Amino acid sequence: MKKKLVLIGNGMAGVNAIEQLLKLAPDKYEITVFGSEPHPNYNRILLSSVLAGDATIQDIVINDMDWYTDNGITLHTSQTVTHIDTEMKIVSTDKGLTASYDDLIIATGSLPFMLPLPGADKEGVIAFRDIQDCESMINAAKQYKHAVVIGGGLLGLEAARGLLNLNMEVSVVHIFKHLMERQLDETASDMLRSELESQGMKFLLEQNTDSILGDERVTGVRFKDGSEVKADLVVMAVGIRPNVALAKESGIEINRGIVVNDYLETDTPHVYAVGECAEHSGVVYGLVAPLFDQGAELAKRLAGIPSSGYKGSVVSTKLKVSGVNVFSAGQFVDSEGTRSFRIQDDFDRVYKKIVVQDGKLIGAVLFGDTSDGSKLFSMIRAGQDISGQEKELVLGAQGSSKPKSGIDFVAAMSNDEIVCGCNGVSKGTILSAIEEKGCTSVNDVKYCTKATGSCGGCKPLVADLLTYALGAEGVTAIKEGVCGCTTLGREEVVEAIRTMRLTSSREVMNVLEWKNPEGCSKCRPALNYYLGMIWPEEHTDEKESRFVNERNHGNIQKDGTYSVIPRIHGGVTTAEDLKKIADVAVKYDVETVKITGAQRIGLYGIKKEDLPKVWEELDMTSGFAYGKSLRAVKTCVGSTWCRFGTQDSMSMGIELEKRLERISTPAKTKVAVSGCPRNCAEATIKDLGVVAIDGGWEIYVGGNGGTDIRPAELLVKLKTEDEVIEWTLAYFQLYRENANYNERTSKWIERVGIESIKKGLASQEERKALQQRYEFSAGLTQDPWKEIIEQERLNKNYEPLQSLKV
Amino acid sequence: MNRFIIGQASEIEEKRARVVRILDTEIAIFKLTGGELRAIENLCPHKNGKLSEGIVCDHHVYCPLHDWKIDLNDGLVQAPDEGCVKSYHVEVEETTGNIILYVESKEPTRAS
Repeated sequence: MKKKLVLIGNGMAGVNAIEQLLKLAPDKYEITVFGSEPHPNYNRILLSSVLAGDATIQDIVINDMDWYTDNGITLHTSQTVTHIDTEMKIVSTDKGLTASYDDLIIATGSLPFMLPLPGADKEGVIAFRDIQDCESMINAAKQYKHAVVIGGGLLGLEAARGLLNLNMEVSVVHIFKHLMERQLDETASDMLRSELESQGMKFLLEQNTDSILGDERVTGVRFKDGSEVKADLVVMAVGIRPNVALAKESGIEINRGIVVNDYLETDTPHVYAVGECAEHSGVVYGLVAPLFDQGAELAKRLAGIPSSGYKGSVVSTKLKVSGVNVFSAGQFVDSEGTRSFRIQDDFDRVYKKIVVQDGKLIGAVLFGDTSDGSKLFSMIRAGQDISGQEKELVLGAQGSSKPKSGIDFVAAMSNDEIVCGCNGVSKGTILSAIEEKGCTSVNDVKYCTKATGSCGGCKPLVADLLTYALGAEGVTAIKEGVCGCTTLGREEVVEAIRTMRLTSSREVMNVLEWKNPEGCSKCRPALNYYLGMIWPEEHTDEKESRFVNERNHGNIQKDGTYSVIPRIHGGVTTAEDLKKIADVAVKYDVETVKITGAQRIGLYGIKKEDLPKVWEELDMTSGFAYGKSLRAVKTCVGSTWCRFGTQDSMSMGIELEKRLERISTPAKTKVAVSGCPRNCAEATIKDLGVVAIDGGWEIYVGGNGGTDIRPAELLVKLKTEDEVIEWTLAYFQLYRENANYNERTSKWIERVGIESIKKGLASQEERKALQQRYEFSAGLTQDPWKEIIEQERLNKNYEPLQSLKV
Repeated sequence: MNRFIIGQASEIEEKRARVVRILDTEIAIFKLTGGELRAIENLCPHKNGKLSEGIVCDHHVYCPLHDWKIDLNDGLVQAPDEGCVKSYHVEVEETTGNIILYVESKEPTRAS
């Protein structure tokens, strides 16, 4: 018999807790949800986008009606719970519905704080909190001209921006001298104000509202100093307060919010509270990240999974106000004993400030360019000593990067010289796109010519060509996100996935406001990788987000057939395996049988529908010759046969390949083991190379012998085989956790520097932790060929549908 | 116009496609999020890539060979590339769940 769980409040906090609960204990509860609004759960944070016309109400729905049905949840919309009988364990609504519960979650959120001003009850005075408020504003804008927003915080400014978009004249009234004084310091606040003024917003600062004027409908606002301003619409956005009326009436302990302990329990048995209505250790949170943290704890509690409880959340603010990015975290206002470092660039309207105390970063404010926000935030939380790095943190790493191309270089190129080798785009084609089509950014050039569109290696050249043609001031620098669907970079996305516990691409795109609802061919595989790396257990691999090769477990060839390359650990095979390969090649009339560059054997020209049969008959595991994962470990024969060999490189290679195979890495990875410094396995142009020396091993990393030829750098010299394994796995996990999707180790190490890799792997404790995380993820993988052979559901995807004429 | 039953709607997964060969033409049947189906010829006008193997985002598919973006509603190639893929009418019979594909009968019909 299932227990009954009732959720009061169909908003982000409550429904998120249910989602997390369903993942942990899908069958434990029969769930009923009550919501006052007539809508399913939507993303309240995106209301401003609805107001701004960038999204429809449909777009901001997180869980549509089908979700409730599919999960067997009873949803009562437009039903406000008015009473909880905590003795009988029954809730009842304003429309007379009742429901009994075994466990109850209160997630009633918060209410807008309405100033008790004379005239506040007039028509045309509203808050900005739900879909209905949005609709009121949109309707008012059709008839009226003058809007006044009371409150110069984030909510007020978002409402004001939305009303500007609706062609109203908007004045923002704020009681303080500076806008968003809780999130910004004075400099950033002034920059924000001048930006918003240039967008047409008017400000009435240090004004205290006295009363709302008008008969039935509002006509104006009067201030304490006697001045007045005309208004047909007044939006109050002075703050929110936890919605605790129901809890209070039902005898549940409240303070400012509903008081909960570390397990989100109220003082009443079987009653929990979560989200903006809850107060934990004296704090009521109004941001989305803490609410997800709380939801996760509550879900564990309800599912009966032991945990150490919720310990409060450290918050940062990262916002986009009317197209301007702002970020702040920690203690960002100067005080005694602190020292701050800042830059202000009034040309690009960028301002950065960090606050340091005793060598530690304690706060930061960013305006205009918030790309370093996540990094700074994690440093603040870690309480890291940043002595000596202040300049780099404020100015970014731009000072240290060495130019690789240069204007002179592109100027000297002839017009027919190819810049983008993937798409065959010449310098002349790019220049004419700049001149004739008005391209001013790398993105424009990509759109017009496809240059930079494939491997991206020519981006620096294209950027230089733009500068060469237009001069530095003519080039539009566009902050590059993961892809065109977002302006967020890798760090921000990964941080969000971690802190908000996002476990599917759909959640990521929804919460982070992706421009295309289902992403594009660039971001979908990237998100799938990041999600799997961060949540190896919780995230279900999204096959539909994998490139064809990884989805079908073979490399698609130019004629639509596939290659089959079985695993041959360390390049060491047996006569039996060779016979099997030969038999299959004969039976399926394989056109090309080739020894590949990675010491294994490839069968080329296999039809898609034959793949599962070929794999089954081979009875070997997948060599992942198609994947962003370990390809192969190349070895020489080493001390087993070679008269120069100092160590058993074949055994080492086989062991490494067995430990590294199958798991996803940001890009493909190649490894080699050489038995002596003559290095016949070419270990120094691999992502990781092991070279045996007399009495030990050297590990080299970041090498590449392909597009980006680069010798590997020495990471460490080791004595024992166990140490080689430990360092290798730790290095792989460091790479998995820190590189961008599609970034080879050579590019990654070039970007972050070998020293930071050495630092990351310096302590044994840290290496063990990395190794453990690696092995945990690796332990969850299995051979995909076998999986497909065994599961009919999977292998039918390889066959065409049959048609029947009717 | 010829009607073909080509299987059950449940045989295709969301944001995935399967192919059917009719009259020497390979047609890719896509299932969009929410369950609607779309059908286009399984041949990218650029270099004959198999569109059925592309990544599906809303009602677009990206060709697996060189990332051309094609609108599944009308087969139009999206800028900056140009071209068009033949699209077909496809529907699901509510009572049976059968997928019905409509193909013009220019040539003598031959079910494969």
